[in-house]
Amino acid sequence: MEKILSKPKSIKDNVLSYCPGCGHGIAHRLVGEAIDELQIRERTIAVAPVGCAVFAYDYFDFDTTEAPHGRPPAVATGIKRTNPDKIVFTYQGDGDIAAIGMAETIHAANRGENITIIFINNANYGMTGGQMAPTTLLGQVTETTPFGRDAKREGYPIHLCELLANLKGTVYLERVALYNPQNIIKAKKAVKKAFEYQIQNKGFSLVEIISNCPVDWGMTPLQSIKWVEETFIKEFPLGVIKDEK
Amino acid sequence: MAKITIRKERCKACELCINACPKHCIALSKEVNKTGYRWAEFTDNNCVGCGFCYQVCPDMCIEVYK
Repeated sequence: MEKILSKPKSIKDNVLSYCPGCGHGIAHRLVGEAIDELQIRERTIAVAPVGCAVFAYDYFDFDTTEAPHGRPPAVATGIKRTNPDKIVFTYQGDGDIAAIGMAETIHAANRGENITIIFINNANYGMTGGQMAPTTLLGQVTETTPFGRDAKREGYPIHLCELLANLKGTVYLERVALYNPQNIIKAKKAVKKAFEYQIQNKGFSLVEIISNCPVDWGMTPLQSIKWVEETFIKEFPLGVIKDEK
Repeated sequence: MAKITIRKERCKACELCINACPKHCIALSKEVNKTGYRWAEFTDNNCVGCGFCYQVCPDMCIEVYK
């Protein structure tokens, strides 16, 4: 028998620090597989966020740096402009990219920087224990919205892909999810396509990955993927938001 | 014929692979590993090597052979 599927070479053999059932591990693997398949490991530089994925440099087996909270697009801009031959991507959560880092995100997208952003949307601040994030759904109970998010008090969930689609600088925006094998395979294709666009110097690409956060949502892993399928993706519909070939 | 291997010390018992397996080849063990989790065990030889368990495993514990 021949080995047909195993951990990508771009992922180190370390134990992941994520909670049981967390989608981050799957997203890491998809990034690793895409980089292996495109054979760009030796010229890839990742920028890790502040959040659960802050230790991404322990897991990615290529050059990885760390940025202050919300600033990976600004750091990636600097790296890409000084090393245009390198493939630069950021890996960010919703609190990082859409709350504290919203300005950096919008301006990097508006400038059309030739970088890729992998955006993990799990509808709360995972690392700090499940507080409300900009992407939290209306009515969703979190640590800071114990009676559910109310539009009158906390506003509406931010749809980052749709927001960035209005900017002329963006080239490729897609929303994918990780709740079953079929969607995970689709997510992998989207991640790979985003890297391909960067290799072809097309410009700014972002893949929003709808992920689960079982512990902070107060669910088992199986309940959490069910909630993603039945509730989460109703608010955040999957698909290509923008693709300028 | 196909089979999978699971690194039991890495498994966190999230049960996503058990849920994803269309042939019901995976089950939780009776014992616990060093980190206190009942790990996912390959139990049956109905495996067709579809790789669904590999796709959903968040801890990259699974390898598929065909």
